[in-house]
Amino acid sequence: MAATVHTRDGGSALGRSASRRSRGETPFRYASTGAGILLLAIMAAIAVFLVVEAIPALRANTGGFFTTQTWEPNATRPSFGIAALAFGTVFSALLALIMAVPVAVGVALFISHYAPRRLAGVLGYVVDLLAAVPSVVYGLWGITFLAPFMVGPSNFLHDHLGFIPLFGGDIVAGRSMLTASLVLAVMILPIIAAISREVFLQVPRAHEEAALALGATRWEVIRMAVLPYGRPGVISAAMLGLGRAMGETIAVALIFQATFDISFRILTPQGNSIAANIANRFGEATQTGRGALIASGLVLFVITLLVNMGARFIVARRKEFSGAAA
Amino acid sequence: MSQQIQVSGLDAYYGRHKAIEDISMTIEPNTITAFIGPSGCGKSTFLRTLNRMHEVIPGARVEGKVLLDGEDLYGPGVEPVSVRRMIGMVFQRPNPFPTMSIYENVAAGLRLNGRRSKSEVDGIVETSLKGANLWNEVKDRLGKPGAGLSGGQQQRLCIARAIAVRPEVLLMDEPCSALDPISTLAIEDLMAELKSQFTIIIVTHNMQQAARVSDRTAFFNLAGQGQPGRVIEMDETSRIFTNPSQKATEDYITGRFG
Ligand SMILES: Nc1ncnc2c1ncn2[C@@H]1O[C@H](COP(=O)(O)OP(=O)(O)OP(=O)(O)O)[C@@H](O)[C@H]1O
Ligand SMILES: [Mg+2]
Repeated sequence: MAATVHTRDGGSALGRSASRRSRGETPFRYASTGAGILLLAIMAAIAVFLVVEAIPALRANTGGFFTTQTWEPNATRPSFGIAALAFGTVFSALLALIMAVPVAVGVALFISHYAPRRLAGVLGYVVDLLAAVPSVVYGLWGITFLAPFMVGPSNFLHDHLGFIPLFGGDIVAGRSMLTASLVLAVMILPIIAAISREVFLQVPRAHEEAALALGATRWEVIRMAVLPYGRPGVISAAMLGLGRAMGETIAVALIFQATFDISFRILTPQGNSIAANIANRFGEATQTGRGALIASGLVLFVITLLVNMGARFIVARRKEFSGAAA
Repeated sequence: MSQQIQVSGLDAYYGRHKAIEDISMTIEPNTITAFIGPSGCGKSTFLRTLNRMHEVIPGARVEGKVLLDGEDLYGPGVEPVSVRRMIGMVFQRPNPFPTMSIYENVAAGLRLNGRRSKSEVDGIVETSLKGANLWNEVKDRLGKPGAGLSGGQQQRLCIARAIAVRPEVLLMDEPCSALDPISTLAIEDLMAELKSQFTIIIVTHNMQQAARVSDRTAFFNLAGQGQPGRVIEMDETSRIFTNPSQKATEDYITGRFG
């Protein structure tokens, strides 16, 4: 690679300035290449360490790691499995996403296309601020305010829509899957809204004017030009939010009841997630216990990776229609 | 089908800046009118007042009257949206929707005007693309992105999109300025054909183009440094280019301007 650069520069009539340029460029190239290699090496080292730590625990496991719905790694016959935890992680995060994305897109559109300029500035600032609030604050708000508050609405849902399995079950509680998902939704909403707003503001004026000139109303302009153009950005924002929701630890650890069921009932006192389980169990963990938690962490990592790849796939599928060329 | 436009005493502002002043003119149906004049004299601004696109710019406003077949476009209770559905526009830079296919681009305006059957939309898309002399080039790839066409093709796609909704009037703001001579000729030929169905107004910096395509020409100029733009002279194109009544017009078209 370096050789090709040299021949290209050497062949140039501006030999002197080229050599001056490459004098400055070489150290930078080494520095950036070195940094890249170092980063990869560190990541590989972490991965190796985690896998090495996890293997003895997985060997000792008497249950199936992917199927068992308990977490007893400290017992004499250790038995633990990721099934309920992985389910809870994905389920709560998806619920949060379903609740957060429409609101976030609405907020972003309001700021970018409906609000008067001054109000939009203030709102945009508030959203950015909310995106920077540490998640433990949302967790504390969830456990002290939202959980007790949700008892009433949860009972209402249970009484009137209890025939739907989602709202069924015997007992209704404030600390439920619904409450945890709501906290997650509130937590990821600002970041999704902030990114979506940025994307919507970047829609070229020419596309909006094209729609206006066809006689589109403001909403039709949004449907015709703004939303399609912003779609990849909104998907990326949603996936970022999903990743945050799945990795969220403290906020949900406070709310979940640390059960090990796989249940779609969002009003009952149940729920757990990989990250919450790690936070709850790490203190008391023995050698095997720690290995088991590390193994669960690796699973969370793989799930997050799959979600990101899925998002990339969705975005890339319609790349030629993305407007990136225009 | 198309209708007469009568403008009287029209001023347009950007905030407190008055960009054009006291413009009055009559434009007959099924004619091509060219607007010429130096840069910054308000041709685009005036064009955009004719379909109420001027007011979408924050702080921009218009005073005066624009009558389309006797009805004031700025009258109380007139929706800008319905004005724009009657008066289509083609922009200087081709701006097909990048997220849409060629087909969807042409059909975009139709979707705004209520439901239509698939076959009806198919028919209108085909007629419009034929009308814009683009059909033969794209008929095998209607599902491909509109942004994948060449600049000249994109501009004809935008013309097809504009005529698909059957407007009365077609406004074109320097539609050929980003195009090569061949594409330019294609669009000029197209305008001559479209004239039978629409009233066309075109802004151009190309004197030959104005002379070739238009029936009447309006020469815009600034009243003075920092002053709003005005119409200096409007007449039959042949007269403007051979025997203009104003010296400023003659200076401009012969290139002796400023
Ligand atoms: N969005 C805007 N905001 C503020 N002022 C504007 C805006 N657009 C145009 N103007 C001003 O209005 C005046 C007329 O501009 P306009 O674009 O109508 O000129 P034009 O004749 O179309 O010029 P050109 O031939 O270069 O396209 C200019 O002084 C310009 O600076
Ligand atoms: Mg202009």
